Amino acid sequence: MSDHENALIVTLDQAAKHFGRLRALDGVSLSVAAGDCIGLVGHNGAGKSTLVNLINGGLAPSSGTIVFSGGDTAHVAGVRSVFQELSLCPNLTVAENLKISHSALKGPGWRRSARAEIRASLDEIFPDHGISADAQVDMLSIAQRQMVEIAIGFAPRGTQARLVILDEPTSSLDEGIAGQLLAHIRRFCASGGAVVFISHMLGEIFKVASRIIVLKDGRIVDERASGAFTRQGLVDVMGHVAPESAQVAGARSDPGSEILRTAQGLAARKGEIVGLSGLAGHGQAEALAHLYLSRSSAWRPRKSPEVVFVAGDRPRDGVLPLWSILCNISISVLQQTARRGLVNRQAETAIAAEWKSRIGVRTDDVRNPILSLSGGNQQKVLFARALASQAPLVIMDDPMRGVDVGTKQDVYAMIRAEAANGRTFLWYSTETEEVCQCDRVFVFRNHEISAELTGVDISEEKILEASFAMQEAS
Amino acid sequence: MTPLNLLAKPWIWSWLAASAAFGLTLGLTSGRGAGELAYAALSFGAFAAIVGLGQMLVITLGPGNVDLSIPATMTLAATLALKAMSSNPGTAFLGLGIALGVGVAAGLANYALIFLLRLPPIIATLAASLVYQSFAIWSNRGLRIKPPAGLADFATGRFLGLPNVAWVGLALAIVVWVVLERTVWGRMLLATGQNLRVARLAGVPVELVRATTYVLVAVFASLAGYLLASFSGGAALNMGAEYLLMSIAVVVIGGTSIAGGNSNVPGVWGAALFMFLVVSMLNSYGAGAGVRNVLTGTIIIAIVIAASTRRVRA
Repeated sequence: MSDHENALIVTLDQAAKHFGRLRALDGVSLSVAAGDCIGLVGHNGAGKSTLVNLINGGLAPSSGTIVFSGGDTAHVAGVRSVFQELSLCPNLTVAENLKISHSALKGPGWRRSARAEIRASLDEIFPDHGISADAQVDMLSIAQRQMVEIAIGFAPRGTQARLVILDEPTSSLDEGIAGQLLAHIRRFCASGGAVVFISHMLGEIFKVASRIIVLKDGRIVDERASGAFTRQGLVDVMGHVAPESAQVAGARSDPGSEILRTAQGLAARKGEIVGLSGLAGHGQAEALAHLYLSRSSAWRPRKSPEVVFVAGDRPRDGVLPLWSILCNISISVLQQTARRGLVNRQAETAIAAEWKSRIGVRTDDVRNPILSLSGGNQQKVLFARALASQAPLVIMDDPMRGVDVGTKQDVYAMIRAEAANGRTFLWYSTETEEVCQCDRVFVFRNHEISAELTGVDISEEKILEASFAMQEAS
Repeated sequence: MTPLNLLAKPWIWSWLAASAAFGLTLGLTSGRGAGELAYAALSFGAFAAIVGLGQMLVITLGPGNVDLSIPATMTLAATLALKAMSSNPGTAFLGLGIALGVGVAAGLANYALIFLLRLPPIIATLAASLVYQSFAIWSNRGLRIKPPAGLADFATGRFLGLPNVAWVGLALAIVVWVVLERTVWGRMLLATGQNLRVARLAGVPVELVRATTYVLVAVFASLAGYLLASFSGGAALNMGAEYLLMSIAVVVIGGTSIAGGNSNVPGVWGAALFMFLVVSMLNSYGAGAGVRNVLTGTIIIAIVIAASTRRVRA
């Protein structure tokens, strides 16, 4: 690393980014020089995306400094990023998409130059790509779109790309194409460019990175030349050390009868708490929503539902914003107590009052609007809505977002008690510690179940191992 | 309830506007003809209120939900009902049954287009209304059949000093209010209108709710068509035309949220009276057709703004 000093591209000094009370990035010092290829790893929420957005100028740091040596802004300094969420305009052609991030391209005949530039970039990175510069993006496959996006990232676009940040660039590429990309990254770095490479495929990180940086909870916890890491060592550094208390769940001595088995392989017994884990966006939420929708009807009203849903994304999936706390709690149980189609208002009030005290909703009157509550208390209302029903199956889609620690403990205890009474819980959580409290854990990767863990096998290390594509490198 | 609380109710504005229009009209005649004006407003307002109540339920379903086939449904129901009765005495209930049957069929057809073909309701109901209108033209063939004498007497008659049609409109308003405030179905409708996905995930049978709502609006429209044809001495092919915008206007002026999930029954009646009174006010002040339209539009905008800003503060 001795030659870093003469060709620095960007230097971060104690850069931090806070979103309200959330410390997404908590003082990171880092420098990227020409020729560097940095592998950036860490679990979800470790701060990778925030770090990328600081480096490419998308976010300003809350404190600390970021210095670009090639110019005042990231753009002038030649810093580019390629995101995992495809950011191309689907209604434009490949060449037109290049134009969007290439402001110097204008005047008559700009299409011709755009075509030539994107074609050259594609040819260089992905020989035999077979993508026409005039193809409209929505006609391309996901892999082809990802290739176009990468090619735009590396294209000169008037200046020259000096640092390219690739966020999960290979997630939709097959082996061969991914190999071409890795080869190009090595060539690019050898000729004086720099790359920050983020991937959950640890094998790729080892193949391409010269240095590996491990982020955890907004801090750099380890940074070494890639030769100094072993694969297992890297996983250990990423994970937390599981606290003793997480083992309280233990194995159940008396498993009930199986009440659920999906084509995907998801299974649950009566009275069991089943966790869904893995990296965010790998199909857990979709699997749960699909399960809920297939077990409930949009046509047939039911007196007592077979399954209830606790939403984590409150505005999208949970809260009825115009209503009071009372009405929000009672909507799923109205039919249980209704007489001749009329709402039984006494029973409704009783249920709301009971759950207000049981789950501790902080309000002086349940007739207050739901939006008068804080996010955590709104979440309690959603728990109350689900638990007030007699449904034997409770589906929870990452329900602990924005819930404080004390409430979490209360809710854990309540879930335990309800499970002991014979209810089954399906619980997706992005927090591995929560999943470790379950009786059985399914780990998702790429919309498939990659592991089923039970009993003492449920540990943060095992879950991380199954979340990342370990076998790829072996 | 304090007066200030009353001002925070969105429906109060349509009633205030209706009273103002009533007062200004009578100002010209220094109070003469108050009874006649009120009677006329209740008679004509009743039809707007009945279709408005239906439209309100649909609009409560949330953004994008509206029934534009109301005029055609009214015309078709009236035409078929009058044809079946062919002015024979004692056939009033047969005609009513046919009208309501047309309503159920039209509502089911509308919803089938929306659900099966995934058409936006605005397109589905507009397209369907062309079909209904064609059916009406085809079966009407320019005939003007008079309603049976007994039915015509009922539609133009009065009870306890109020027009019979107003009693019908009032009864429907009370039924709709009870349904919305007290029944499980009403709760489900309001939940669906706030957020369809949330309602579905909370176990509400949202498609059943939407289907029944689209059937209800068509049934209300067909009832209004049946009464209007009986009231005015026969069905005409353009009899529903003015109720397209009228049905939406009374909902909006009445304080129902266009964003869905929030209904307002008393406001619909206030707005229906206002829509009649404002025109008669401008007429009696000698405004021409152009001025009348401009002023009506301006006044509507002013009331909607007044009602909505109040609601934000409340």
